[in-house]
Amino acid sequence: MIAVVNEQKNRVHPLKYVLWIGLASIVMMFAGLSSAYIVKRNQANWLTFDIPLIFWYSTAVIVLSSITILLSRKAFLDRNMKLYKRWLGVTLLLGIAFVLMQYLGFVQLWDSGITVSRNVSFSFLYVIVGLHALHVFGGIVALLVIYLRSFRSRIKNYSAVPIDLMNTYWHFVDFLWIYLLIFLVMIR
Amino acid sequence: MNNEEVLHEQPLVVHDLGHSAHEHHHKQSFITKYIFSQDHKMVSKQFLITGIIWAVIGGLFSVIFRLQLGYPDQTFPFLEDILGRWAKGGRLDTEFYYALVTMHGTILVFFVLTAGLSGTFANFLIPLQIGARDMAAPFLNMLSYWFFFAASVLMFSSLFLQTGPASGGWTIYPPLSALRDAMDGSKTGMDMWLASMALFIVSQLLAGLNYITTVLNLRTKGMYMTRMPLTIWGLFFTAVLGVLSFPVLLSAVILLLFDRHLGTSFYLSDIVIQGKILPNEGGSPILFQHLFWFLGHPEVYIIALPAMGIASEVISTNSRKPIFGYMAMVGSFFAIAILSFMVWAHHMFVTGMNPFLGSFFVLLTLLIAVPSAIKVFNWLTTLWKGNIHFTPAMLFAIGFVSLFISGGLTGIWLGNSTLDLHLHDTYFVIAHFHLVMGVASMFGMFAGIYHWFPKMFGRLMNNTLAYIHFWVTIVGAYLIFWPMHYEGLAGMPRRYYDYSNWESFKMFGGLNEFISVVAAIVFFTQFLFIFNFFYSIFKGRKLTEKNKNPWKSNTLEWTTPIHPGHGNWVGEIPEVHRWPYDYGKDGRDFIPQTEPIGADESSHAGQ
Repeated sequence: MIAVVNEQKNRVHPLKYVLWIGLASIVMMFAGLSSAYIVKRNQANWLTFDIPLIFWYSTAVIVLSSITILLSRKAFLDRNMKLYKRWLGVTLLLGIAFVLMQYLGFVQLWDSGITVSRNVSFSFLYVIVGLHALHVFGGIVALLVIYLRSFRSRIKNYSAVPIDLMNTYWHFVDFLWIYLLIFLVMIR
Repeated sequence: MNNEEVLHEQPLVVHDLGHSAHEHHHKQSFITKYIFSQDHKMVSKQFLITGIIWAVIGGLFSVIFRLQLGYPDQTFPFLEDILGRWAKGGRLDTEFYYALVTMHGTILVFFVLTAGLSGTFANFLIPLQIGARDMAAPFLNMLSYWFFFAASVLMFSSLFLQTGPASGGWTIYPPLSALRDAMDGSKTGMDMWLASMALFIVSQLLAGLNYITTVLNLRTKGMYMTRMPLTIWGLFFTAVLGVLSFPVLLSAVILLLFDRHLGTSFYLSDIVIQGKILPNEGGSPILFQHLFWFLGHPEVYIIALPAMGIASEVISTNSRKPIFGYMAMVGSFFAIAILSFMVWAHHMFVTGMNPFLGSFFVLLTLLIAVPSAIKVFNWLTTLWKGNIHFTPAMLFAIGFVSLFISGGLTGIWLGNSTLDLHLHDTYFVIAHFHLVMGVASMFGMFAGIYHWFPKMFGRLMNNTLAYIHFWVTIVGAYLIFWPMHYEGLAGMPRRYYDYSNWESFKMFGGLNEFISVVAAIVFFTQFLFIFNFFYSIFKGRKLTEKNKNPWKSNTLEWTTPIHPGHGNWVGEIPEVHRWPYDYGKDGRDFIPQTEPIGADESSHAGQ
């Protein structure tokens, strides 16, 4: 039994596979939306829009949160649990701040007359940014679970697997947002 | 992490003590064993039985609307007893006719041939045939069934709405499906259809993630990818297709929901409905078709590939011969999977597509004929000079090949855009896809059920009933769908309620009646199978320890106990030493995968 464990140690953990394949399917969903967006843009009746300034700030926030979650992982691997909890908490707050900023961005857009149903270009903006924010929200829920678990005193768990999964997903939504921002700025 | 730990989150100390954890099984309550089970075998049975129930409902719908098509001038008072105001005076309501057609398509394509087929066999066969204790993530696996169940409940309850279920066709093209005022079927029924499909997509994604991970990560020692049975290859590519294409359908569904409820115009433009001009501008219904068929075409292969895998396995086993061209089979699976993402626009030749662009899609579509032909060639050459055992599973597998050829050939007609201009949306298309995808995959499913029933329930099914079931079904399938080719070539359009008013199609009255009669006979014959299935679960002839591998098959699942517990093997998982198709080698009838290669054994082409 122990021999088997050693033999399989350098194989990728199955849940990591699950996550990577899941990310591929999320990519396909946004690929579908992006291509729909490009097709529609080349047709008549397309209004351009300006990305609200707050979306740039939120980009900075989510990039920062990617760094803090890396720091938390490093602290975990060093078994520095106090630091680990601190950076995890900071990541959580930054994540929540990101979603709030996206929401504020939507409010700004709406007030400036860019409503969801006025033009199909605006509809796309809301759907794409909204779906991304939903994915970040899912990440926040997972972060919250991991954060609360780190305070459990009775059961100590030193498996890095959940942390690695969380890291992968969080960097993914970060990169996804950067891609979407560039996409929306370049092609509008 | 290894297989044991997947099952038990806590490290297994039991094994270090030298006795097996799986002999004396942990006690389970009824709920954890039969309902919220995380055992892949139970999840598979749940998918199968839910699939059977759906198949009966979907099949019954087709019989009801075939009554209308076969006897447009008659009334059937018993219909009013069953359907109430949907069949006033025994004549099917026009709106409800469309609802029946829509539900028939949705149920059969998604709930029976996607969830029922790959849900059953991927769950059952992947861990058993690659030598794993369970799926990579058993909990997600359980969730995938329950999401499917929730989708089923939602879809089923939409049948009882005041305004009826969705009725815009299973492809739910906007603008019809996007506008509540367009017809009754676009009201709440459509919302429930979309919600149900969203749940269904989640279910398929969870399932697909698991299948792929399990195949890549949890194979037993010696089970190289090139030693996997072709069933696993088929199910693996199915899962890849599902994971990459269902999310795109989800985007299409989300945009449609926005159009329906938030006043956006993704798919809508310049529409006048009931004398009122709608404010929607700038949308394009063609966009929906692109997104839909980007899923929709891979979906065809999501349905077909598991059946191909099952047929390969069953044909090789029952011909007592190695599968012909194992690597060519794997390669053609791969080619089909790749090509299936590049041909979606062949469903849209008549949408005003640029003919130049269309010609690319024609080329790519016709290219699919190559891997398909390779597969057919390999099945036939496996049968060639085989020592064929005509078990019920084998008959259905051969039936699958026959139907796949008949239906596939007409695909070459339809894939040509010039011919498609004439044949599009006619009965020719109905005949084509029912043969190649519908009935053929159904046959693959029957082959799988008859073949693995002994492993699932430890008992055998009745052969006599199975033979009657097979012959009536295959003869019936051809009698139903063959004549439809002629109707389609004559230009008879699909989806019409009554053809008797049309001078051009009046002559098909008798033929339509004939098709309807055969359809009813075939439908009721399926109850032989259903009776056989459920009766045999409880009363079938039991497998004995000596006969626990009834088809004398090489694959790993037959090395498990007759009733495998959660964890499949008692003690260690067996190691694999060879590919699964060593039939009739060196004068031996079959050599299981677990047997080491002997010193004087001849080397094999496949190894």
